[in-house]
Amino acid sequence: MTWLLPLPVLVPLIGAGLALALARFPRVQRIVTVAALTFVLAVAIALLVLVNDGPMAADIGGWAAPVGIALVADRLSALLLLVSVSVTLGVLLYSLAQGNADGDEGAPVAIYHPTYLVLSAGVSNAFLTGDLFNLYVGFEMLLVSSFVLITLGGSRERVRAGTVYVVVSILSSIIFLAAIALVYAAVGTVNLAQLSQRMGEIDPGTQLVLQLMLLVAFGIKAAVFPLHAWLPDSYPTAPAPVTAVFAGLLTKVGVYAIIRTQTLLFPDGRVDDLLMVVALVTMVVAILGAVAQQDVKRLLSFTLVSHIGYMVWGVGMSSVAGLSAAIFYVVHHITVQTALFLVAGLIERRGGTTSLARLGSLARVAPLLAVLYFVPAMNLAGIPPMSGFLGKVGLIEAGAARGSALDWALIAGSLVTSLLTLYAVTKAWNQAFWQEAPEPLPDTTLPRSMMGPTAALVIMSLAYTVVAGPLFQYTDRAARDLRAQTPYILTVLPDGQRGSGQSPEVTEENREHSDEQTPAPRETGEELP
Amino acid sequence: MIDTSPSLALVLLVAVLVGCGVYLLLERSLTRVIVGISMISNGVNIMFLIAGGRVGGPPLVGTTEVDEMSDPLPQAMVLTAIVITLGLTAFLLSLAYRAWQLNGHDEVQDDLEDRRIARLAQTDEVPARSVDDAGTTLAEDAAASRDETSVVSVRHGRARRGLDAGTEGPR
Repeated sequence: MTWLLPLPVLVPLIGAGLALALARFPRVQRIVTVAALTFVLAVAIALLVLVNDGPMAADIGGWAAPVGIALVADRLSALLLLVSVSVTLGVLLYSLAQGNADGDEGAPVAIYHPTYLVLSAGVSNAFLTGDLFNLYVGFEMLLVSSFVLITLGGSRERVRAGTVYVVVSILSSIIFLAAIALVYAAVGTVNLAQLSQRMGEIDPGTQLVLQLMLLVAFGIKAAVFPLHAWLPDSYPTAPAPVTAVFAGLLTKVGVYAIIRTQTLLFPDGRVDDLLMVVALVTMVVAILGAVAQQDVKRLLSFTLVSHIGYMVWGVGMSSVAGLSAAIFYVVHHITVQTALFLVAGLIERRGGTTSLARLGSLARVAPLLAVLYFVPAMNLAGIPPMSGFLGKVGLIEAGAARGSALDWALIAGSLVTSLLTLYAVTKAWNQAFWQEAPEPLPDTTLPRSMMGPTAALVIMSLAYTVVAGPLFQYTDRAARDLRAQTPYILTVLPDGQRGSGQSPEVTEENREHSDEQTPAPRETGEELP
Repeated sequence: MIDTSPSLALVLLVAVLVGCGVYLLLERSLTRVIVGISMISNGVNIMFLIAGGRVGGPPLVGTTEVDEMSDPLPQAMVLTAIVITLGLTAFLLSLAYRAWQLNGHDEVQDDLEDRRIARLAQTDEVPARSVDDAGTTLAEDAAASRDETSVVSVRHGRARRGLDAGTEGPR
């Protein structure tokens, strides 16, 4: 069944081409986009079930793994793929409804759909790839499409915010690229499984440099303190569905890359303390920023940054329990944060503004919207029995099990952050929903077709509570596989040397030469100190 | 196996390109930032070539011994990176042009909302409506509310804020 693996990347890309070609027929274009993402959703469900028996790998073009590019799905990537695709589809339905309600004015929908599909393909590629350089390509795919989406329409405010976003993203990509060049120079391969085998052989100092460079590159993408300042600046100005999908997915791709590289390439946990300190500062500083905000979207952007801290904490604990809770938290946070940004879009639509100084009375005029805000907001703050609470409990338990002073500091910090999150979202609730509006709100209604996808995401986030037991078992197994490393490596390189694909000439040539020469393109690892 | 010790000239070139690029990146004008980004990414591309080792014979076509071949993999990667950078530079240039169209310059501006909040913090104020009451003093509230037990103190503006403080009259 390994032929399923390329589909989450291929189908959206083909769909994007079709959607661009059919730009003159908006109705057909929409059908293509929805069909492509629905198909990918089905593939993601199939992958989630299949990888429960062990990871799967596909060698692209039949080239054996270290020479060719491998796509790998293990429990972590399959789970994140499923969640990301369902969220992407939900946001797409929301934006379709928005397009219908607005009569397609103002937004060049002809570009929107193809770009959105490329974004989805890029995210899937980043989750599924087993190759460091291909991870860079996946990042570029999603970044380039996000550049287009964030500057959609080209208004003054979006160009300003977009400029900051584009420059910072490009800078992080360049740092990532430099890290890949150094990795290749030091280790002689970019295949993640082979890197994992060889990384231990090189000089510890070189290893540390590579590790820190990769962490900086992914840290910018994941918006970890002190590399987070670009996010609250650029996200709020984009259209609501775009902000929602960015908030849900793009930072989590960075977190995924951190988890993958830390567990697979640098399992000895030398920077764990650094990661944990960074996580603590990210949580506290960003939530203090959220408390100060006067705009719903900016407030939510700050909570987004703050809660990335929880995931980094889970990674930094370097234990199965911590990693498992971090994965659970990623799943929870993708859904909840996307739902909240969609609600912020609805608030803007109903109230005519996102500024808390001018909003009010929404609980009376739009009670359903109030429920849709209240539930994910409380979930984000971690009110039992919702998934935010379960994720935080998992992290705190894992931290308490380790029991060092730093762990207790993080437990305290996470509790304070949770309380301050509650304060920030409740403040927004009071001002936007409970207090009387200073001026009467515009007389509009919310289209039911936009409430539907938002409600679906809220219900999905509540459903995590219902399936929390099996979900935690799944993330536990995922974390155990990640820590053990061997399931991943043996799937990509079954005999520890080559993948299952064929590259006959190389293999024959190899047989003619002596056996001591490995089939890798080059071996420089030993020559360096 | 070809020699993999890096060439000093290329290393210096990388250092100069990245150094100048970082300097330009710190400017406010987007055009200079673009030039800076191009320089840094070209520097990194050359770093990739260094990672491939000393130049050897043409790979894959079979005219040279296996041990004498150049490593083709970094070259393929650099090619990909160059193409991506080209696209990004074009996009950035169009952004700079759009910013110039809108503002008459292409300097990256500060975040307005951020400034607003910083100003509030400087003057030590809280934003309007972030307090629960309507901005009236306790005395005014007391005068407006009907606290039957202490008529005198209401007149003097020292009313205890009773349980019915919430049912104030029209503001």
